[in-house]
Amino acid sequence: MGTLNELLLVFPDPAPPLLAQTLDLSGVRWKSVGNAAIAMQYEPVDGWTGAVVCADDDPEGAFTLCRTLRKGDSRVESILLLITGAQLHDLEHREDLFDDFCLTPFHPKELEARLRHLMFRAGRAGSPEVASYGDLVLNFETYQAAVSGKPLDLTYMEYELLKFFVTHPGKVFTREQLLSRVWGYEYYGGARTVDVHVRRLRAKLGEENANLIQTVRSVGYRFGQSRWPGTTQPRDLG
Amino acid sequence: MERQNEYVLRTVEERGVRFVRLWFTDVLGFLKSVEITPAELQAALEEGMTFDGSTIEGYSRIQESDMLARPDANTFELLPTDDSDTAVARMFCDISTFSGEPFDGDPRNVLKRNLERAREKGFTFFVGPEMEFFYFRSGANVEPLDTAGYFDLTAHDLGSRLRKQTVLRLEAMGIPVEYSFHENGPSQHEIDLRYTDALEMADNVMTFRLITKEVAADHGVYATFMPKPITGAFGSGMHTHVSLFEGDVNAFHDPGDEYGMSKIAKHFIAGLLVHASEICAVTNQWVNSYKRLIPGYEAPVYKCWARNNRSALVRVPLSKTGKNESSRIEFRAPDPACNPYLAFSLILAAGLKGIEEGYQLPAEATDNIYALTDEERVAEGIGSLPGSLRDALDAMEHSALVAEALGGHVFENFLVNKRREWADYKADVTPFEIARYLGTL
Repeated sequence: MGTLNELLLVFPDPAPPLLAQTLDLSGVRWKSVGNAAIAMQYEPVDGWTGAVVCADDDPEGAFTLCRTLRKGDSRVESILLLITGAQLHDLEHREDLFDDFCLTPFHPKELEARLRHLMFRAGRAGSPEVASYGDLVLNFETYQAAVSGKPLDLTYMEYELLKFFVTHPGKVFTREQLLSRVWGYEYYGGARTVDVHVRRLRAKLGEENANLIQTVRSVGYRFGQSRWPGTTQPRDLG
Repeated sequence: MERQNEYVLRTVEERGVRFVRLWFTDVLGFLKSVEITPAELQAALEEGMTFDGSTIEGYSRIQESDMLARPDANTFELLPTDDSDTAVARMFCDISTFSGEPFDGDPRNVLKRNLERAREKGFTFFVGPEMEFFYFRSGANVEPLDTAGYFDLTAHDLGSRLRKQTVLRLEAMGIPVEYSFHENGPSQHEIDLRYTDALEMADNVMTFRLITKEVAADHGVYATFMPKPITGAFGSGMHTHVSLFEGDVNAFHDPGDEYGMSKIAKHFIAGLLVHASEICAVTNQWVNSYKRLIPGYEAPVYKCWARNNRSALVRVPLSKTGKNESSRIEFRAPDPACNPYLAFSLILAAGLKGIEEGYQLPAEATDNIYALTDEERVAEGIGSLPGSLRDALDAMEHSALVAEALGGHVFENFLVNKRREWADYKADVTPFEIARYLGTL
């Protein structure tokens, strides 16, 4: 049921054996993570396809993760919660933390069906081919970016960085995060490479759009407006 | 690599690119270009393009003249042209032998090798050059477009308009410019490139020189990077700002030091001062380069360092408070007609040697060094840069540092080529001699 671009987040790490087996048999790509920080670290460029959070062993860790995901630090459209019957009362006042739940021990067919249903509702049945922000449009199919219909001449890494920004608007990323998530771990250059590419992107975006990528002093960069009104940081003109 | 290749192929198709230029550099820093059509692109990306290396200066080895130019997909850029019908793109290439080994004679490969050495020590090498050049009415005569000077704002001046267009084109190609202004000499301009890692910057310098010349040529003007085109006027330098980063941290910065410089920075400068004469033949590679390196024109002559003395070989610019990122040193010897891959390689190698060996930094030169007598300079332990290409070649020939950093192939080819240049120059009867001697002797 998965395509190559899709990656499902699974908690905890390691995943419970039956869950791992069910996911593998259903053909979905998944990655188990132990906490939100690791979820951010491994988040695919297009965000997680979804999350299966198993709360039976470590309910506190599970709900903390759900809360962090909901805050938007890592992009996940839908969260499927797995709990035991004895934990049902824990769901009270936590309705905002999950999109659906499934009792464990689960029937593999039920889990698969609920997962498929969630993906369908989240519109992640197939990967999006276009993303836009204001006048800026990126076509993932053709690798082309344009501002107000005028194509941008980008290098491969500039394109990848812009794609990451456009698919994660309003969030602040440190240089290290950008380096590990856009360039990948095999890249051994310094974090200043990120500054250099941001500068190049700004130059190519042109004067009117250069400030789409904002420098957040002593933290890193943010694309577009902050998600939290009133917390706009001064832009570093250096 | 696959995704990069796919990106290139797809962009060529989507943007209607008609030609792709594969660029590489000969040992002297001349840009070489092979133009291919999109139909040949996929094979070029996957297998490389075959070419005859014996036609390229410094490449030739009779027995193995066929070589492969392998495009670096990360450097794929569309070239800005006025003619929107024929989109043209370029990629820099790495040169390899037919057996797939990186070719020792490829300057880009030489720089990569040196950067790898720095990386093994945990350093990334950043470079920001100040490119100076002249506009003349043609490439045949020294005929400036104006007679303005430093920072002069000249009304409707063609040179300044050309400079502005050049900056715009560079920015469009993702080569950010920090400053640009009218320099000291008539029709002399300067464009400072925003620092980036040394490999990309060497590529940028190659692109910069081409674009500067192209913009000028579009207006019937000639742009030159000749180090000293006009007797008695300022020459063109390529003051090179360098810094080492350890991850996110500027390894040259130490807020507790009176100069704001770390030990690493001091050893690096010491390395540059100790080895300056040995690397000079590469940073200043032409007979004409040494006509710039004379007293009186803010060009360095003496091997010393200072904070605010612009005649020093190494200058430590005052870093703005709290901006540890901007801590750097400025090596003032190179000229813009150098091979940037080789020049950056040797600047790095000299600096790293200083760090490895823990060279001690001599005291800052505070007086105007030019005002000192030769004896005073000797007493202070301040030596001079080579006075001519020949002196520089002599210093280079005995340098283990340069031989190791360049590799045997480039080292030997460079020396042979430059010895030939010196021999030609020495045999030439110059206008100076005719003017001075013919009427009197």
